[in-house]
Amino acid sequence: MDFGPFFLLATLEGLVQAAVLCLTALGLSLVFGVMRVVNVAHGEFFMLGAVMAWWVATWAGGHPALGFALALLLAPLLVGAIAWAGERLVLKRVSYDPEATIVATIGMLYIIQQTTLLTFGPDARAVNPPFYFRVEFPWFGYSGYKLCVIAAALVLLLATWFLITRTRLGLIMRATRFDRETAENFGIAVGQVYAMVFALGAALAAAGAVLVVPVRQAHYLMGIDPLLLSFIVVIIGGLGSIRGTLVAALLIGLSDGIISVFFSPTLAKMISTLAVALVLVFRPQGLFGIRARA
Amino acid sequence: MSAWRKSLLLHGAILAALFGLQFVLPEYHHLAVTRVLLLAVFAMGFNLLFGYTGLLSLGHAMFFAAGMYGAGLTAYHLAWPVPAAMLFGVLCGAGLSLVVGLLALRTTGVAFMIVTLMISQVVYLATVYFTTWTRGDEGLVMPAAARSFELLGRQWLLTDPSTRYNLALALLALTMACVLLVVRGRFGRALIAIRENEDRSRMLGYNTFIFKLQALTLSGTLSAMAGAAYALMFAYIGSSFAAIQYSIDPLLYTLLGGAGTVAGPIVGTFFMFYLVDLASEHTTAYLLVTGVVLLFLVLFFPRGALGYVRARWLGWLP
Amino acid sequence: MSNRTNKDSPDTGRRKTLRTLGAAAGAGVAASLSPTLFPRAHAQSAPIRIGAQFHRTGIGASYGRWYERTAQAAAKLINDEGGINGRPVELVVEDDGTDPKRGAEVVEKFAAQHNVDVAYGTLFSHVVNGSAPRAGELKLPYIVVSEGYHVASGKLNRYVFQPGITDVRSQVISMAPWVASNLGRKVTMIFPDYAFGHDHRDYFSQAIAAQGGEVLELIAIPPTETSFTRHLPRIARDTEVLYHVMVGPGVLTFVKELGQHFGSQRPEIFGFIDSLEAVDLKTPQLEFLEGTYFWEGYPRYAQPDQTEHDRFYRAAVSVDDNGASISDPKDVSTYAHMFGCWETLFIIKQAMEASDYGGPADRARFVEAMEAMESFEEGRNHPQGRKVFDARIHQCFGHQSISKVEDGRLNVVHRTSIEDGRYEAEADYTTMPL
Repeated sequence: MDFGPFFLLATLEGLVQAAVLCLTALGLSLVFGVMRVVNVAHGEFFMLGAVMAWWVATWAGGHPALGFALALLLAPLLVGAIAWAGERLVLKRVSYDPEATIVATIGMLYIIQQTTLLTFGPDARAVNPPFYFRVEFPWFGYSGYKLCVIAAALVLLLATWFLITRTRLGLIMRATRFDRETAENFGIAVGQVYAMVFALGAALAAAGAVLVVPVRQAHYLMGIDPLLLSFIVVIIGGLGSIRGTLVAALLIGLSDGIISVFFSPTLAKMISTLAVALVLVFRPQGLFGIRARA
Repeated sequence: MSAWRKSLLLHGAILAALFGLQFVLPEYHHLAVTRVLLLAVFAMGFNLLFGYTGLLSLGHAMFFAAGMYGAGLTAYHLAWPVPAAMLFGVLCGAGLSLVVGLLALRTTGVAFMIVTLMISQVVYLATVYFTTWTRGDEGLVMPAAARSFELLGRQWLLTDPSTRYNLALALLALTMACVLLVVRGRFGRALIAIRENEDRSRMLGYNTFIFKLQALTLSGTLSAMAGAAYALMFAYIGSSFAAIQYSIDPLLYTLLGGAGTVAGPIVGTFFMFYLVDLASEHTTAYLLVTGVVLLFLVLFFPRGALGYVRARWLGWLP
Repeated sequence: MSNRTNKDSPDTGRRKTLRTLGAAAGAGVAASLSPTLFPRAHAQSAPIRIGAQFHRTGIGASYGRWYERTAQAAAKLINDEGGINGRPVELVVEDDGTDPKRGAEVVEKFAAQHNVDVAYGTLFSHVVNGSAPRAGELKLPYIVVSEGYHVASGKLNRYVFQPGITDVRSQVISMAPWVASNLGRKVTMIFPDYAFGHDHRDYFSQAIAAQGGEVLELIAIPPTETSFTRHLPRIARDTEVLYHVMVGPGVLTFVKELGQHFGSQRPEIFGFIDSLEAVDLKTPQLEFLEGTYFWEGYPRYAQPDQTEHDRFYRAAVSVDDNGASISDPKDVSTYAHMFGCWETLFIIKQAMEASDYGGPADRARFVEAMEAMESFEEGRNHPQGRKVFDARIHQCFGHQSISKVEDGRLNVVHRTSIEDGRYEAEADYTTMPL
């Protein structure tokens, strides 16, 4: 393939990658931003979303779109409920201590992963996309569903932005994030807010997974990759900045794709990873972050 | 008795107990504890940075891997004798941690965590990318020539379990002495001051960057020592040791045993190893058991085993 | 303190006592150690213990599950027919987590705690490499079913064998003549960018060149990749044959994206079934594979000329004519590989009988008996077909199948000869000390 089309394809793929990243990172950005805890189990909530999409789609049968719509509704709800229970039963009781939370979420990771292995099994399983068509470019064909994933990611991004900046709920979340004690003094039930944020974060990850699973597949170990990448995106973008999350996801998705036009893929991955790390080295607060208050 | 004397006695007793253990342990546990001792060295190195300096690295696998590959590749391709290969592995770790420190220490907190995570990911990919020399994930098996060496006028067989056990114990003792001295001295107090409040330390005239750089380099070097020894003692190097799992493990060991305690990581490493080992004998779902136990521990001992002991009984525990 | 390597030293009794004490000291350990409390005096009636190292968790779990089922089926058959040397066989299963570190620990556990007679079963190459040095030094025969080119490379040791499955180097070179004369000579290869993929790259490139063909482009996919589309434009335009091999959980995405990339216009496609092992061919979006070809170690679908041995073996491992579990047609087996576990257990039995194996003290004799073997004839114990065993490199060579996807099933179109896959041994384990 010639350079131009190759470049176009790499860009498209980078955009899809960025969209996927945005979706997984959004939830983490909330949890990380508001609660200031490292949630190692975040990737497992993503994985649960994908696995539940498979369960629901298989159980519903009929047209793939039906199962998909059901999954998009049910999976985030269920995963959110699981996360909510985890928050109330464990994280609350360790008082969101940063170190204890790491051990606790590693524990959750093991439990979720192993339970999935025991029930869902070790095989990768496919979920049908709700619709399938090929967009024909003059040089190559491209999955139409993938383009829709980009659009869906944008919609979810906007919705979250709206929730945080334009609603009372968002105001409470921002207040809690900004200063926990003051928020408490103003009568905000911080514990409730945390539980809700944790559940919402997990539900967003699950929603992202449901959207993505038709172009990937459900597998019980699929959580680690989105976990690492979303951490990177959230921090590079700057904590709490949705705009930053979007830009960082684009940066990472595109750099990886486009550098691989010029170098062998593994080398490209090394270069792009290092480049993104250097962004953080020279701008430690992230692209759109505000320097932490002393 | 002064706190320092008490702590010397306690840690001396731990080492003596570990030395004595080899004579009573059943064969399998003798073999297994050798591994645990080396992993404990890794965790103690990690703890120096995390527990005492307050810097959470999610990339310590790269230092372990630097030691492993530094030692393993020279022994495999250049037929270097074991002591030279070991030394080179440690130097690789020192060099890498110095460079990483110069870059990553411009950041703190979560950004430091992510920068170390990403650089470590690059190191992992490098072990895969240079397959011609490393054979990537499949890895290399050390040749027979690298299974013994001469030092101090004596022939040492790495195939001999006793030799391995006592070498691992010697490295653990070295690491423990190192950490104890650091923690006791001016340097260690400065690190703890940085952990508690970096801005205040800076205002008091400390060049906190230099202190943190020294702590990171020492931490990385100790981790590399563990990696180099692991490669040479168990005769295998491979990419899986550079993967993220090996960055999370020392963190987990440290937190379980008690961050910021000298012997905590040893306790944590023993605990995790035997938890998996025993649970896997009784159930296929041993990871489930592991997860439940971790949750239980964190609910009742959020500061780790020795953190709990220190808070409850031994306030002087370093 | 220095006689720990001597496994059958006179102080075994003392150490046993110590072991018991240690067990009593550690809560919960006692139960797990109890089997070792039975003294060796009853050796004749006591079971032969075979340490089975399987991937129950980790990335290899889909394979590991079927490896374990196959091994249990073979053990059951052996026991139903009187066991080995009059003793029943017992599989002592340990999970290696598909991790070389845990693999080595498990081998130590087999040798020193479970006191197994031999260890067996592993698939993933890095686990084999991580475990092999420990097996050799503990003088525990370690018989793998991995298809990697590690045992045959001569880099391991005298205690490691791979007698039940052909290694990847042999598989790959035996494909080249047929690919060159039936599909084309201009090849683009897609493979994972690590050792297993590099074996494909190196040995197939050589072999196709020997057939007068050439490799136009080599596309190495990084191990962390979850999406593949952007690598596919590298496929050279005048490619006649696309050669693909992928492993791991991303395989399904890979194959689907390959289909999206090509649409209706595609070159001939030849793949290793590893790309679709344990995956149902009827999965949506795999329709484009119709008319493409696969290497299979052993044909997944029962063929029209099915042998009675295959019929017997399929029933024994509870797999239907489509290669899926009888109890769940959606549960597709790793049929192209798992036969190795079946055949290897019968080879262990054969070597134990030939060496009149009585217990761990006879392990050296067992190794020599293994090395005395030259070939295994097709039959119930070797349903995949005849194999030749090269004792110098502890590796067997067998027939390979090339199958075409037709109506969503794999039909064998060619079976290679054993000679197609032979290469010169570059090592000799038999000269190493025992």
